[in-house]
Amino acid sequence: MGLYNNHLGNSLLKSARNAVIIILLLLFALATLFPIYFMIISSFGDPIEAGAVSYSIWPEKFSLESYKFFFNYSEYSYRWLANSLLVATVTMVSNVVFATMAGYAFAKISFRGSKVLFAILLGAMMIPYQVTQVPLYILIVNVFDISNTYRALIAPSLVTVYNIFLAKQFMSSIPKEILESAKVEGCSQFQILTRIVMPLSKTVMAVMAILTFMESWNTFFWPFLVTNTMDMQTIQVGLKNFRFANTTYFAPMMAGATVSALPMFILFFSLQKYFLEGVTVGAVKG
Amino acid sequence: MAREASTIKTRNRLNRGDGGWAYAFIAVALVVYAMFTAYPVISAFIISFQNYQPLGSTYVGFENYENVFKSALFWKAMGNTVIYTLLTVPVALLLSFGVAILIMPLRKWMQTSFKAIYYLPAVASGVALSVVWLWIFDPMQGGILNQLLGAFGIPSQNWLGSSSTSMFSLVLMSWLSSHGTSIIIYVAALLGIDNSYYEAADIDGASFLQKMWHIVIPCLKPTTLFLLVTGVIGSFQVFQNAYLMTGGGPDHSTTMVGLLIFDTAFKYFEFGDAAAQSLVLALVIAIMAFVQFKFLGKDVEY
Repeated sequence: MGLYNNHLGNSLLKSARNAVIIILLLLFALATLFPIYFMIISSFGDPIEAGAVSYSIWPEKFSLESYKFFFNYSEYSYRWLANSLLVATVTMVSNVVFATMAGYAFAKISFRGSKVLFAILLGAMMIPYQVTQVPLYILIVNVFDISNTYRALIAPSLVTVYNIFLAKQFMSSIPKEILESAKVEGCSQFQILTRIVMPLSKTVMAVMAILTFMESWNTFFWPFLVTNTMDMQTIQVGLKNFRFANTTYFAPMMAGATVSALPMFILFFSLQKYFLEGVTVGAVKG
Repeated sequence: MAREASTIKTRNRLNRGDGGWAYAFIAVALVVYAMFTAYPVISAFIISFQNYQPLGSTYVGFENYENVFKSALFWKAMGNTVIYTLLTVPVALLLSFGVAILIMPLRKWMQTSFKAIYYLPAVASGVALSVVWLWIFDPMQGGILNQLLGAFGIPSQNWLGSSSTSMFSLVLMSWLSSHGTSIIIYVAALLGIDNSYYEAADIDGASFLQKMWHIVIPCLKPTTLFLLVTGVIGSFQVFQNAYLMTGGGPDHSTTMVGLLIFDTAFKYFEFGDAAAQSLVLALVIAIMAFVQFKFLGKDVEY
């Protein structure tokens, strides 16, 4: 049954086939994971200039000196991590709250203009970000005059259209009978949202939270544009600065890269299910 | 009839007064959208007709657009973007399709593990990965890629530093980066194909390749179209890798439109030109998405 023929005659042939498949998949996995592997093992090397090292793809040393070197580069290096954490957390919470509210309104409440408004929102997803980047920069830096503040880092991504879309898609499948009976019982829309819809939408809220946090943690471009002192930079911008300032220090650079990526790896391994689910929630019936 | 009418009536009664709640729920989203998306888009149109100055811009008509179309660098950047897209998007589709097919016969836990492994590089930041790839492409004899190729007798290359290999280096980086998202989407689509098709094909004695050709590929057409369109759109906006790895060089061999717009805006502070460039890019992307849907999406149902 299925795409693959399961009646190969004997099980030996089937195991042989699966073994070949697994070897192919492992080879591809090796190729995609190599940069990450290389980053981590190299980060334990000594902080000496590149001319003196020859790279090895095998772990040879275990020293944390390069991590020290990275953190000593700037007095703000710990603050970069704190900034990233703060910005990502606020962005995550506000996205989950506001996208859940808006998604519910668009999915389940009929109100004047809902179709038109939603279409206008979706239209934004077609526009390349290059179009908005210059006016947005002018708005934040010249008009609001808030460059180099947390507000500037957070405000433009308080709630994204993608998250509203995700919430709406998910909530459309909640049967309306439940909501109607709550209404008959005298619940206000706010109570319906908090007591019925939100408990039923835990999955999509978790997916939104994780993907938004990751996106915000990893984003480089916007923080790079609107920050100009080291104390306000995020870890991604800091890592870039470190790289340009220490072009020859190989192991410390790898240590920095590991520092910037490690929190996401930990998050990924502990909440893997939601990451993988998030990919399909957004794509189905896109 | 009567029953339908009465349910509609009940529903209307139930929904009465909820409009206010709905507007309250979407209020923040609308304000954020109006301020940080709608206004900037409109503003981009206006700026594209101006010689922008922080205090008092002047209207210059189509001059910025003329600059864009007359600029040899803009066309070169477009060409680079097209080359990059042609070399990366189809390969990414083929790789992820192939991997998804290979994953299918495995046990559930193995499927999940492989999906997680292939997705992993996507959670690492682009800056971190660019730092790593920079050293993989180290032009010295001892650079990782040069060591590897040296084992096959291929001489050392100045990967990012020479205009003949710099574009290929970025493409190679894209080939070996995460295809996790597309793989997961393909696997979900493959699992969605009804088993009865395969059963019917088995009864007719169809081979594996025939099943692929007559069942899998047609059934996955909407998925492929989705990934193709999003892939092309994404690839046309590519900025970060080129910026962090080569800065567009050497000799503009890796300057793509996304990077050119960044340079125009934030290196030379020609906001008017940058706005015009970005709107031309938006138009190109819209046309391409439209063409792909029109010609490839004919028999695709959503």
